Amino acid sequence: MLSRRALFSVGFGLAFTGLAAAQQPQPAAPAQAAGRFITVSSTTSTTDSGLFNHLLPAFQRSTGIEARVVSQGTGQALDTGRRGDADVVFVHAKAQEERFVADGFGVERRPVMYNDFVLIGPRQDPAGVRGTRDIAAALQRIRERQSPFVSRGDRSGTHAAELALWQAADIRIDEAKGPWYREIGQGMGAALNTAGAMGAYVLSDRATWLNFRNRGDLEIVVEGDRRLFNQYGVILVNPARHAHVKREDGQRFVDWLTGPEGQRAIADYKINGEQLFFPNAGQPGA
Amino acid sequence: MRDAASILPLTVEELTFEREGKRLLDRVTFTVKAGGVTAIIGPNGSGKSLTLRLCHGLMEPSAGSVRWGVGSGLMAGRKRHAMVFQRPVMLRRSARANLAHALAAVKAEGAGARVDLALRRFGLTELAERPARLLSGGEQQRLAIARAWSLQPEVLFLDEPSSQLDPGATRQIEEIIAGLAAEGMTIVMTTHDLGQARRLARRVIFLDRGRLIEDTDAAAFFAAPATREARAFIAGDLLW
Amino acid sequence: MDVASAFASALGLIAGLDPQFLQIVGLSLRVTLMAVLLAALIGVPLGAWLALSRFPGRPAVIVLVNALMGLPPVVAGLVVFLLLSRSGPLGGLGWLFTPTAMTIAQTLLVLPIVIALTRSTLEELWTEYREHLTSLGLSGARAVPTLIWDGRFALATGLLAGFGRASAEVGAVLIVGGNIAGHTRTMTTAIALETSKGDLPLALGLGIVLIALTLVINAAAFGASRIGARFAG
Repeated sequence: MLSRRALFSVGFGLAFTGLAAAQQPQPAAPAQAAGRFITVSSTTSTTDSGLFNHLLPAFQRSTGIEARVVSQGTGQALDTGRRGDADVVFVHAKAQEERFVADGFGVERRPVMYNDFVLIGPRQDPAGVRGTRDIAAALQRIRERQSPFVSRGDRSGTHAAELALWQAADIRIDEAKGPWYREIGQGMGAALNTAGAMGAYVLSDRATWLNFRNRGDLEIVVEGDRRLFNQYGVILVNPARHAHVKREDGQRFVDWLTGPEGQRAIADYKINGEQLFFPNAGQPGA
Repeated sequence: MRDAASILPLTVEELTFEREGKRLLDRVTFTVKAGGVTAIIGPNGSGKSLTLRLCHGLMEPSAGSVRWGVGSGLMAGRKRHAMVFQRPVMLRRSARANLAHALAAVKAEGAGARVDLALRRFGLTELAERPARLLSGGEQQRLAIARAWSLQPEVLFLDEPSSQLDPGATRQIEEIIAGLAAEGMTIVMTTHDLGQARRLARRVIFLDRGRLIEDTDAAAFFAAPATREARAFIAGDLLW
Repeated sequence: MDVASAFASALGLIAGLDPQFLQIVGLSLRVTLMAVLLAALIGVPLGAWLALSRFPGRPAVIVLVNALMGLPPVVAGLVVFLLLSRSGPLGGLGWLFTPTAMTIAQTLLVLPIVIALTRSTLEELWTEYREHLTSLGLSGARAVPTLIWDGRFALATGLLAGFGRASAEVGAVLIVGGNIAGHTRTMTTAIALETSKGDLPLALGLGIVLIALTLVINAAAFGASRIGARFAG
């Protein structure tokens, strides 16, 4: 009897600890009480650059909807949408986005904004590419010199852009890759950390780079090439495919982002006075 | 002492136990009637402890039977006989909680008072709140006997009650056993200590290699053992 | 890297009582404690059953449970992810990217530790207590409360080990929680995020806070068990 009573008291004690912890107030999440939210799958670059910290509160103030962002590589983010685990996808790989819509997973792709990629490299610039604006020429030099190059290797939008640039440089990277070409399969921040540690070149979106704190010896070596253009698009996941998708609230997010309020908020986001993203929802063909 | 009908006599018939093809107990037959101390003696491996365990119902015999006055079967008279093991099993709790646990297990009435009584009766009141496992060997054995006693058994089985104790503690335990017997409790104990058997027992059951060799009055056994094996055992000769 | 600035940012986090930071700490504790509680409620009975029962294949089950103690968190996360995804068998619950999903994943990680430790603790006690408890009529399931009570300090150590494993892991909660700011961001996923943003001092600062919290909880549990052990022996 005694032992059983004691056993229960241990059990209850544990349970209360758990429940007390579960019920402690959560000061920073008032929106959870409202319970109105959508899930957005997006890319590491938008999160790591700090853009969402700037956009989401404005969106919530305006609509009362909390947007919960899961940040992954573009390929993974699209997969999340395909499985129906997000209401909206917000990514940057136009060809993949269009296929996503064509396959019936998304309702419609809308351009939102662009930023640009920059080639980051060590200050010593072992491949001697600084000074050129020609990204294709720069990549050719890196390959000739077999200078270390970090690739995201994670099917992200940045990875897709990098592969397209190798193609533009007439290099079939699948065949040309050697020990100098290092695929890490991780996000933008991790790729920059790795490049810094290895003294390697790496392709980054400008926003993540500007928001990146652990630069060490790294700096921008090539920028300004038209081919470094990086377009973001937003897509509502198709409710016809996944019935639970929050069509109305998701559409409001899409509309807000591509509408005047969202576009202004995007243009307003600056780091050290430098604008990171350039809204272009109205631009045909973007 | 109790209202209920006596569970005695205990009738052990053709008791046989085999394990892995070895016959450890071979057709042992005896009867225990109310009162007194019965000592089961014999060399190591003779089957003393095994006999106690089978009588207490901890194990099932391969053949033969253990029957109590209130009927046969393993559970007959179950709560009316208790056992104290050679190495006292001390729960990881205070002495008092060890007593309370046993009484709770058999759903005894008036457990609280019974615990206090047992503590006083066996001189453990001072030690009541001490962790049982930190008591000395003699104190632990006393607590184990107190715990068995508190269950108010009619028959108490004691397996080598003093084999791990120093002479002082042994004397104390023997006094306790004699006292319990004097109060009318029926005691069946094993011992390898012939002096102890001589001091305590009214009757001796002598086992050797799983067989019952002699079952007789203690005084007679020690004065003039009837068999060659018993004579050799008393003389201190090894039987194998 | 500047370790001093890491400690400075750790102190800043604690002293500043930033609501966002407190929310992250609160969520981490809530998810992990709930996971440990669930694992205890499920694992202790299972471990007890495994300790006392005898059936063909039992050694294999014990080996399996012991091996699962080393289950990579990412694998646990992936399993829960596939179950809870809208396209998975339990997708209808809508639990993916919620604290509930993280609790489930962590429970999965803690469970083998609790089962294995309960099993070995109770089996050892049972070997010692068996004859006495059987003599009192307490065998099988009736022996379990006694064994659990007497093994409580060892079991508590097991739960602490489980707490440590759950609170330290990042792979599983990242996959099933999604590291959503203000919703499913825990200490460890925040550390991973700050690392990827290159804000290493802040990441390390968060790490220092995490270690400090774990230290406080362990010290409290250790103290409690020491005091308890003095009275229980």
